[in-house]
Amino acid sequence: MATTAWFGGGAARSAVGERVRVAVRAGGQAVVMTAAAGAGVVGPLLATVCAAFVAVQLFDQGPLALYVAVPGAVLAGVSSLYWFVRRGAVWTRRRVAREAGEPWGVVYSPREALEQDARGFWWTGVSYHRRAEVARLVQFVRWAVRDRQVQREGLWWVANPVGVLALLGVPMGLVWGGLVFMGTAAVDSRHFFGVENHRVNLLFSVVLGGALAVAGLLAMPWAVRAHGAFACRVLGGGPQPSRAQLTERVAHLTETRADAVDAQAAELRRIERDLHDGAQARLVSIGLTLGTIEHLMRTDQEAARELLAEAREASAKALQELRDLVRGIHPPVLAERGLPDAVRELALTAVVPTEVTVSLPGRPEAALETAVYFSVSELLANAAKHARARHAWVDVLYRAGRLRVVVTDDGHGGARMEVDGGLRGIEKRLGTFDGTISLDSPVGGPTTITMELPCALSSPRTSTSSARV
Amino acid sequence: MRVVLAEDLYLLRQGLTRLLEIHGFTIAAAVETGPDLLAALLSERPDVAVVDVRLPPTLTDEGLQAALAARREIPGLPVLVLSQHVQQLYARELLADGTGGVGYLLKDRVFNADQFVDAVRRVAAGGTAMDPDVIGRLLQHSAGSEPLQRLSPREREVLGLMAEGCSNSAIAARLTVSDGAVAKHIANIFGKLELAPTEDANRRVLAVLAYLNGAAERPAEG
Repeated sequence: MATTAWFGGGAARSAVGERVRVAVRAGGQAVVMTAAAGAGVVGPLLATVCAAFVAVQLFDQGPLALYVAVPGAVLAGVSSLYWFVRRGAVWTRRRVAREAGEPWGVVYSPREALEQDARGFWWTGVSYHRRAEVARLVQFVRWAVRDRQVQREGLWWVANPVGVLALLGVPMGLVWGGLVFMGTAAVDSRHFFGVENHRVNLLFSVVLGGALAVAGLLAMPWAVRAHGAFACRVLGGGPQPSRAQLTERVAHLTETRADAVDAQAAELRRIERDLHDGAQARLVSIGLTLGTIEHLMRTDQEAARELLAEAREASAKALQELRDLVRGIHPPVLAERGLPDAVRELALTAVVPTEVTVSLPGRPEAALETAVYFSVSELLANAAKHARARHAWVDVLYRAGRLRVVVTDDGHGGARMEVDGGLRGIEKRLGTFDGTISLDSPVGGPTTITMELPCALSSPRTSTSSARV
Repeated sequence: MRVVLAEDLYLLRQGLTRLLEIHGFTIAAAVETGPDLLAALLSERPDVAVVDVRLPPTLTDEGLQAALAARREIPGLPVLVLSQHVQQLYARELLADGTGGVGYLLKDRVFNADQFVDAVRRVAAGGTAMDPDVIGRLLQHSAGSEPLQRLSPREREVLGLMAEGCSNSAIAARLTVSDGAVAKHIANIFGKLELAPTEDANRRVLAVLAYLNGAAERPAEG
């Protein structure tokens, strides 16, 4: 195409071309939308006037003309108004849904079936009628007036022209204004900076008008989107996720739920085993030793004393094991102080010197805190063990409803997501909360691991600080 | 008396070894895994085996299974099973062949060294040593059965101790009554439960355990 030739390079051209294509398409849509909004207003008026005119002509302006023309005009006006209200709303919904790529489901209140009583009268729910057609019409009118959705559509019929003028009018005005300014430069006598040169004036007019038109055109997609959002607000609802998307979501939820259940079961098994082989066994052995001591008291006091020291040591170890187990289930500092301080505590005890920056204006839910805590703990351990890092950084940020945790280390990099490696485990752990983990670890380092979780915060409490550890 | 010991945790293995040795037992083999235990039992043919229920590699009831397998090979091989938790089901599996020479105790019972050693000797002699927890639950479960309700509280106490595997004199010592009184109680119990009287103490215990197991399976009407 000749027009895109002066845009230069291929990649740049395709990007710019894409923008131009989108803008032109939005411009076309804007024109159609304006026409539709206008037609919605003009159509019923036209129908009313036409009906009256036809009636007056038919009855040759006789005495009956007025009696026919007024009801006829009202009937034509109201029915066409109804049609335009409904069509306008349906068409707007279809357009917005197509833009969003998701259907816009809409629910009208139900209309009950007519009931016929023993005398043959039709009951509409409020009144009796001899003829079914009349009853149906009465019921329909009553429904149309009372239905929430139809009321909103009526409101849209009024609001749409206003919205079109306010939102689409500005960029369209810019485009038309710019084009007209360019077009009239040849026939108009203008001076720029007092220069009386016709060519200079022409050039300036073209540049100025072109700039206006391009600005209007580039603003067009934004205006069309804004108009769509306005339509969603007025009509209520909006594009809903499609069946395929819902199916995908259900599949994802099923998978993450299975992961969560597995993780929970594994955790319980680990706790049971730790208790069984750890503290419980130690306590039994203490009992055993004490029994032996009892026996030795009579025969070999020295050996008994040695065993007593052993028993005391074993009891201290059992206590230590219980403590570690508790820490593994739910770290006390997390329970007492929340995520920021728990991460700082991790940094203090980490092998690698770690710097922590936290910006978290509240507390996420406890389960999520725990998941993030253990993930960070594992990542810091990895940095020390696998990457041989000399320094690590943990950033905890909360913005726009998402918690983002970035763990960076200056180790030798080359980390990968193994099929059943630790990172995959973290991914599963976070998946329960719709969280994601992404990894950037070139060989030679540095490694940056970003975890993101959507979450809500409770109890606003600012905690913004940076601690060098 | 030669013992094969199976316990995967080093601490407990050492403790049990020490405890048994100072009471005059000889440790023929101390093993850590189920397969090793089975091999040791079949090759050493010890006078008694002391076995932990949970052993590697599976860390399930490997020890119990190995003991049962060995007893299928060598009927009546005396086995005392130890566990952190006693399960009625395991007790029943051990008692199933009705030949005696089995014991099933909580590990805590080793705290009382004398009683534990007594249990080991009893099992070695072909008797039984059932944990009070197991017997207590059995009695609770079968308490609804009609013949058991005919027992006096004292007789029920004697029944419990007998089911644990205590000899007449041990029961007498525990309840601080005379041997004669215990014998009379036992005769009464056998009468009320309609069990055939027998002179052999081990047989008697097995009969009682079989009876209780059956009673526990037939819960009271209503």
